[in-house]
Amino acid sequence: MSDAAQAANTTQPEIAVQITGMNKWYGDFHVLRDINLTVYKGERIVICGPSGSGKSTLIRCINRLEAHQSGKIIVDGIELTDDLKKIDEIRREVGMVFQHFNLFPHLTILENCTLAPIWVRKMPKKAAEELAMKYLERVKIPEQAHKYPGQLSGGQQQRVAIARALCMNPRIMLFDEPTSALDPEMIKEVLDVMVDLAQSGMTMLCVTHEMGFARQVANRVIFMDEGQIVEQNEPKEFFTNPRSERTKLFLSQILH
Amino acid sequence: MEGQGKTERIFVREQSIPPRPAPVSERGFLGWARANLFSNWINSIITLVSAYVILDVAWTLFDWAILRAVWSGSNRDACVSADPSVVPGACWAFVRAKFGQWVYGLYPVDQRWRVDIVYAVGALALIPMLIPRVPYKRANAIFLLVVYPTMALILLTGGHFQFSSGTWLTLIVIMLAALGIILFFSLVAGILELRMSLTNWAVISGAVLLLFAVLSVDFGLTRVDTPLWGGLLVTLVVALSGIVASLPLGILLALGRRSKLPVVRLFSVMFIELWRGVPLVTVLFMASVVLPLFMPEGTSIDKLLRAMVGTALFAAAYMAEVVRGGLQAIPRGQYEAADALGLSYWRKLRFIILPQALRIVIPGIVNSFLSLFKDTTLVSIIGIFDLLGILNAGLGDPNWASPQTGPTGYFAVALIYLLFCSGISRYSLFIENRLAVGHKR
Repeated sequence: MSDAAQAANTTQPEIAVQITGMNKWYGDFHVLRDINLTVYKGERIVICGPSGSGKSTLIRCINRLEAHQSGKIIVDGIELTDDLKKIDEIRREVGMVFQHFNLFPHLTILENCTLAPIWVRKMPKKAAEELAMKYLERVKIPEQAHKYPGQLSGGQQQRVAIARALCMNPRIMLFDEPTSALDPEMIKEVLDVMVDLAQSGMTMLCVTHEMGFARQVANRVIFMDEGQIVEQNEPKEFFTNPRSERTKLFLSQILH
Repeated sequence: MEGQGKTERIFVREQSIPPRPAPVSERGFLGWARANLFSNWINSIITLVSAYVILDVAWTLFDWAILRAVWSGSNRDACVSADPSVVPGACWAFVRAKFGQWVYGLYPVDQRWRVDIVYAVGALALIPMLIPRVPYKRANAIFLLVVYPTMALILLTGGHFQFSSGTWLTLIVIMLAALGIILFFSLVAGILELRMSLTNWAVISGAVLLLFAVLSVDFGLTRVDTPLWGGLLVTLVVALSGIVASLPLGILLALGRRSKLPVVRLFSVMFIELWRGVPLVTVLFMASVVLPLFMPEGTSIDKLLRAMVGTALFAAAYMAEVVRGGLQAIPRGQYEAADALGLSYWRKLRFIILPQALRIVIPGIVNSFLSLFKDTTLVSIIGIFDLLGILNAGLGDPNWASPQTGPTGYFAVALIYLLFCSGISRYSLFIENRLAVGHKR
């Protein structure tokens, strides 16, 4: 456990995301059932579970890429409703990294990173470019700034995607299986960036199957199955002493 | 034995082999011809037969259009041979005599300088717009889309329009209605950004009022009404206004068809299906014959204007479906990434979705432009003399009645259409390649 995590737990905890009694359906299919989850500032949460368990849907509800039908989601003190202004306000403060990177292929790496700061944050172009270069250096690819996404490897693209999200100076970062679409040799470079980010105190919610990452940086691991939160615990306890049968089965399948 | 086995199974290259030029039979024209024209005996026969047909047609055409052609003359006698054994070729004298009409229609000869200015300024403003390296694209575009059409309208008609107080009242009512819609969508529905939309509204309303004011100024030009316009002038006016109007309208309709708002979607679907479901000929007849029946007594809208609006809306419906195809080709992840960054709907479209979607559908867009350009020939059936219409009118001239007049006229007009259309299509290929270099995979 890092010091930052301890600090976050001991000082007066501020709530970053609060989800109470949230339900979501796709048509008749009940995807998320009675979700209750509180995330404190500076916490790193790893969400895992079998495919189709609703973990991606859960974090996509937090920045309203998916709408929920009942219950409450409060992000950074703002409740998510149909109000577009509030949705935009939340999206400004919540960064997201996708499984398939979703970089804009017609813009250079630098333009990918500066677009939102310039047009959403109204930052002057020059300042936005300096900011973008700062984050590109942080993810260790400043030399690619003037290339197009299609010219980069998967790992590099995902690091650009992280830099792009960071350029908005978000308070919360959502990761939706950021390493699942990568070749094995590129996973580490992305995880290294994420570990670095975690150590800087960023509030993070990661859907991932990288259990090494979970052990190293997570404050809490959440296990989901069939749209429900089945178990949540500190990583050490979660991995060595899972309580539910479903968790045991899942862990026995992915850890070998 | 052992040593031999080792050299076969273990191998180390110590000197790399330098590249050598390919054999002569694979290089240059000979190599190309061998591979593509004479690779086996069937191909060789097809090559020879095709070569014969092509040369024969080319020679016949050359003989007719150049060698036996009549280049000058003042009436049909030049193009009809007294000696039955000598068959004259193309009657270029006819084209020369009628060329002025083809370009200007029945525009008064002493006023043709006005059309010349419109042609020249248009070309001078368009050329730098089309060359990517030339700077000041924004100013250039504003000139081409706002200043130039106004200038062309005043020069071609003579300006000094008399607007009744009713016209001004209608204008103000439309502006207030637009303001109402903006307020509704920004304050109630929350789709538009209030401040930006209000500035846009103010700028556009101001520009429209200014336009009407400028149009009513007397510049001392003689009035030339649109029935006197004709030929290439009409073709270009109808085609260019259609091209310029149909792309933005088509984009809006395509977006409307994908909108989550039922009213907007229903309107777009109905508009598109209605205009696509009706032949252009019908649209033009409706515009020229039926529409005036529904107009209040004493008001009339210029026939050419009605035809222009009809063709533009017709083209917009087709354009909408082309653009929708492009919108559908954009992966959902692009929308989601833009949303997740907090970009508003219009910025997401402007910076992320449309640049990618329109690039994909450039071939379809150009297809629409070309068919619109050629479809303008249909205006001749409602008595507007476009290039083809004025040719047909000229063919009826007994002074020039000869067996070669018709073929020469159609041949020449076809060449003019071909020149414009192939120009558009070559330019679109150039732009496509240029944009493809931008984000190569």
